[in-house]
Amino acid sequence: MSESPEPLLSLTDVRKHFPITKGLIKRQVGAVKAVDGISFDVRRGETLGLVGESGCGKTTTGRLITRLIEPTDGRIMFEGRDITHMSQGDLRPLRRDMQMIFQDPYSSLNPRHTVGAIVGAPFRIQGVRTEHGTKKAVQEILELVGLNPEHYNRYPHEFSGGQRQRIGIARTLALKPKLIIADEPVSALDVSIQAQVVNLLEDLQNELDLTYVVIAHDLSVVRHISDRVAVMYLGKIVEIADRKDLYESPMHPYTTALLSAVPIPDVRRRAGRERIRLLGDVPSPINPPPACRFHTRCWKAQEVCRTVEPPLAELATGHRVACHFPENAPAGAVQDTSGTEVPA
Amino acid sequence: MVTYIIRRLIWGVVMLAIVSMITFAIFFLVPRLAGATSESLASRYVGRTATAEQVTLAAEKLGFNDPLIVQYGRFAKGIVAGADYDYGPGVERCPAPCLGYSFLTRLPVWPDLLNRIPVTMSLAAGAAIIWLLSGVGTGVISALRRGSFFDRAAMSVALAGVSLPIFFTGIVSLVLFSYGRPLAITAPGGSYTPINENPAMWAYSLILPWITLAFLYAAGYARLTRSGMLETMNEDYIRTARAKGLPERVVVVKHGLRGALTPIVTIFGLDVGLLMGGAVLTESTFSLPGLGKYSIDAIVNQDLPKVMGVVLVTAFFVVLANLLVDLLYAVVDPRVRLS
Amino acid sequence: MTGSARPAGGAPVPSDERRHGFLELRDLRIHFPTDDGLVRSVDGLSFTLERGRTLGIVGESGSGKSVTSLGILGLHKDGRARISGEIWLDGEELVSASAEHVRTLRGKKMAMIFQDPLSAMHPYYTVGAQIIEAYRIHHQVSKAVARKHAVDLLGRVGIPQPDRRVDSYPHEFSGGMRQRAMIAMALSCDPELLIADEPTTALDVTVQAQILDLMRDLQQEFDSALIVITHDLGVVAELSDDILVMYGGKCVEYGTAEDIFDRPEHPYTWGLLGSMPRLDRERTERLLPIKGSPPSLINVPSGCAFHPRCGYEPRTGGLGSTEVPELAAADGGHDGGHLVRCHLPREERRAIWENEIKPTLESA
Repeated sequence: MSESPEPLLSLTDVRKHFPITKGLIKRQVGAVKAVDGISFDVRRGETLGLVGESGCGKTTTGRLITRLIEPTDGRIMFEGRDITHMSQGDLRPLRRDMQMIFQDPYSSLNPRHTVGAIVGAPFRIQGVRTEHGTKKAVQEILELVGLNPEHYNRYPHEFSGGQRQRIGIARTLALKPKLIIADEPVSALDVSIQAQVVNLLEDLQNELDLTYVVIAHDLSVVRHISDRVAVMYLGKIVEIADRKDLYESPMHPYTTALLSAVPIPDVRRRAGRERIRLLGDVPSPINPPPACRFHTRCWKAQEVCRTVEPPLAELATGHRVACHFPENAPAGAVQDTSGTEVPA
Repeated sequence: MVTYIIRRLIWGVVMLAIVSMITFAIFFLVPRLAGATSESLASRYVGRTATAEQVTLAAEKLGFNDPLIVQYGRFAKGIVAGADYDYGPGVERCPAPCLGYSFLTRLPVWPDLLNRIPVTMSLAAGAAIIWLLSGVGTGVISALRRGSFFDRAAMSVALAGVSLPIFFTGIVSLVLFSYGRPLAITAPGGSYTPINENPAMWAYSLILPWITLAFLYAAGYARLTRSGMLETMNEDYIRTARAKGLPERVVVVKHGLRGALTPIVTIFGLDVGLLMGGAVLTESTFSLPGLGKYSIDAIVNQDLPKVMGVVLVTAFFVVLANLLVDLLYAVVDPRVRLS
Repeated sequence: MTGSARPAGGAPVPSDERRHGFLELRDLRIHFPTDDGLVRSVDGLSFTLERGRTLGIVGESGSGKSVTSLGILGLHKDGRARISGEIWLDGEELVSASAEHVRTLRGKKMAMIFQDPLSAMHPYYTVGAQIIEAYRIHHQVSKAVARKHAVDLLGRVGIPQPDRRVDSYPHEFSGGMRQRAMIAMALSCDPELLIADEPTTALDVTVQAQILDLMRDLQQEFDSALIVITHDLGVVAELSDDILVMYGGKCVEYGTAEDIFDRPEHPYTWGLLGSMPRLDRERTERLLPIKGSPPSLINVPSGCAFHPRCGYEPRTGGLGSTEVPELAAADGGHDGGHLVRCHLPREERRAIWENEIKPTLESA
């Protein structure tokens, strides 16, 4: 991007293909193209939302960023360092700066460890000594995420779902990370609790100067929490833009359809609302449709969509979209991308 | 699916080869480590009356001086194609599958085993049917009436079944039902009649060993079925089955038991496979001339070729049973058919 | 406790002579004795639902909404639950009916769609076999006839190539297709009452939209009574004519969809509306969560179950923590159908909504 300061995180044409094997000798017959060439930057202090339906590769992307898995191809830079193929040993010091929050607050906490042990674990693993001892540090973090510091010796099962997610968040905060990847941080929680956790994440960002990548399927939550949003479909980013631009004038038909599909809690509008209904399900990432992957479900698809893959082009400032026939595009912008590439 | 079966078959053969290598290594290395020489080994083949030269010659001809790998190759070839034993005084043809000669009787091992297998098979098959029906049945009822008197009684009996050794239950049942006059319902031990001679006598002579052996296994199956059913009956699809209006009996058997079957099939295959190698204690207690009794006798007499024969036969049945279990999985669970 | 209140009912008439609604719950209580104490999952629930209407039941985990639906189907009749009250379905009382009789109604007269179709369908049987089974329990027909019926149903719920897909296993279907198959199974005997428990929660948003459309269309076609149970106010707004908000095993607010979304009067309903970020409005700077967590059903707070989390509890003058409020007519209810269980005086509730809550929900 054109921003002058170096981005905190930068992905360039990153791919992750999981091989599929078959037959007696397990020869590779194909690959699940979970992530298939994505590029984006995450700036310091911002929240990037990653949305898409199941199978779009958003969770794989999160695991690639934190290097829980190794990319097949491409490059991942964190704070100017190439971490694409860094060994787990070399990654260890970086793990302090990069933490992950998981969806399920029930299964991601060890039931046999106390809250103190769970939240204090990063200190032990990283060998960090704190000024007044680990216990004090942990209690400060517990307070920060809105838990009672006196619950230091309790076990996860003694907490409600929302509190458990707070424990999970506290654990990621222990070593004052710079980047937090949150994979569906609120989708397992009750509605009233979701709002508490969303607010907590926002408060912590302001207080601790955190950078977030929030992975979620809930478009309303993503809009609320994100500064910029990337929409993924079958392993590709189809649109990435500032929140306001993306939600108010989406350019990719898939984004439009996603937004249109969200049920609106407003009974007066349900009759008059214009709906775009996509047919069918998301195709399999094993054999994604050629060229534009969305053409099988797109109502605007033409011949060119089946033959030429649209590039992710910047059609407005900071608004990139991969579509031959974008909506809401400024006049002239469309010709620049697809016009020259239409084959005879 | 076909490639899956072929892959499993190849694996089975490889497994057998590995087992034969390990047993061969153990049985031929252990005597060496204990101080046996080529000559002392050969002397068991040519007899004690042979001269030292004859023994040396026999040791050479029998190949005891060859490297281990060559000896194994000869052994394996014998199983597949038969072997000629040249121990000096004469050459003896041992047809395939050749598992060698008993030290004690000088008779080839394989025909002996062949005589014993039907006995063990009769014992195992009859007991397996009894324990499967009674164990699974008890487990299902216990799961459905969790905490009831039946459940607690059945689980106590099951605990007894798992803990009491067969030489205790076997002897008690012999005393009660075979020798004890008032209750004597079956023949005294040791009277096996082949099924092709007289099926009624066959069953009559085996009923007590069947029940005794089944009691031991049924207990485990009852517990396994009970815990499996308790888990399955909490599945969402059971709720769906009830929501359809299915009678409870159909819900339990068609939906619940079917879902709990997978671990039972696994254990059943392994148990039957192992039992085919001989129910050592049962056969000893009831003096049944099966593989178990055979192997005990062989061990007592340090008759290594016999022991190896039983080990290989057991390994064969276990591998076979595992193969069948894997195929059965695909029948039970359609999701397995994909991979 | 809730004796006099009858949502959407007419004037109170002695119960024996009164004509019952198509589905009518009266003071339904479903309690489960456990080692830790009595779990009051449903604690005095009453409502009426007519054919062709859709009732949305909204609540968080542990509000008792799913237990209610299983209770209507008679799935708690195994002796572990203590059930009291009345469930009238088309003139028949189900709580006192024999388990065997309720079973014959289940799947035929009333059917259910579950949340996660992957776990709710038996993994070892084909989709067709499961639909055929559902049909043949209640109809004496040959397998071939039932199979044809299953193929027709699969086609009707929008599954392509139904004659081929009928022999597929659930795991061979995509999530959306599975839920369609589940709906086909529920519809196999033309039920007059259909209960959908979180029917779209496990689905992707574009597929969710398809399923919601399908359910709306099918309900018009079958003219059945539909209960949609969900935590998602968006889904409820898409489908429901009437909405019942549950909290701690009780109904805290009941009204038409317009009542609940345009003039809600219960602080919990306000809280739910303030908790959710909305795509159809300007983005608010902050969400307005409800403090605390949903209550345990073993230790339901005294008085109004919501009082520990309620920001307006001090205005009840101590009543909130001591007395269970009645479910009473709300201020805005034009035909008296809007009911609220709250100690706050009507006028005050109305004023709070208009002056304090509504503006924050719509602020830029």
